[in-house]
Amino acid sequence: MTGSSQPSREMTARDQTDAAESVFELESTLESVDLAEQIAVRAAAEAGLDDDQQYEIGMAVRESVINAVVHGNRYNRNKKVRLTVRMRPGELVVRVADEGEGFDPSQVPDPLASENLLSQSGRGLLLIRAFTDEFTVRRLVPQGTEVVLVKRVREPSPPRSEEAEREG
Amino acid sequence: MSLELSCRKVGDVAVVDLTGRITLGEEASKFREAIRVLVAQGERKLLLNLAQVSYLDSSGLGELVSAYTTLRSQGGELKLLHLGRRIRDILQITKLCTVFEVYEDEAEAVRSFYTR
Repeated sequence: MTGSSQPSREMTARDQTDAAESVFELESTLESVDLAEQIAVRAAAEAGLDDDQQYEIGMAVRESVINAVVHGNRYNRNKKVRLTVRMRPGELVVRVADEGEGFDPSQVPDPLASENLLSQSGRGLLLIRAFTDEFTVRRLVPQGTEVVLVKRVREPSPPRSEEAEREG
Repeated sequence: MSLELSCRKVGDVAVVDLTGRITLGEEASKFREAIRVLVAQGERKLLLNLAQVSYLDSSGLGELVSAYTTLRSQGGELKLLHLGRRIRDILQITKLCTVFEVYEDEAEAVRSFYTR
């Protein structure tokens, strides 16, 4: 990890809804992409998500930060990517905000359309949607885009029946 | 984990064994350069063994597609071998499973380059 990719962690707090939130300010570099993925996977593990879910939210965060660094901030070293990780009972909420000019997800070509299947790029949003339970995009004022990713803890195995409880 | 590549010939087929992640940045560049060199050397039958590839992001997928179209434009073929579950899932989500020929057996994959 290079010095420039070291994020500044602004706070770790626990609010009245029993949610722990951490905010990281990342440079607009490729190193930040790996770092954000690692942060998300670690938080997902702490939140109780299983291995597959940790991988999935890690991938979704990775792709979101790629979009923020490459398309949003365009590697501009004066612009930052803000990563907010919020753990609530049963779910992990990750927000990725850039300082770019914004984008309209509905204008992104459908990577599943036959004419786009052999495109070299354009699959990031598809992977983010596939690997999250909720995905929203909003414009920031005065500028920038924030995506919100929600990953919920998978339901545990069905509870034991009353009979099994008695036997147990 | 960085990407490692090694190439061996099985008949006319260049089998490329990959280990690690194919992701945005150094790994994707390394993969692209390796494919470029193989094509420049005249290889036209490429079989990518992904058994030890643990992770592909959208950039890695883009590099696979780019390699596929490069080979095809040169009259060659690129096929995939030994996909892990997560790599297979990604190819299904992106519908790239309809683009690539995928094999679980190396001998069968090699034979496929000689049959139409």
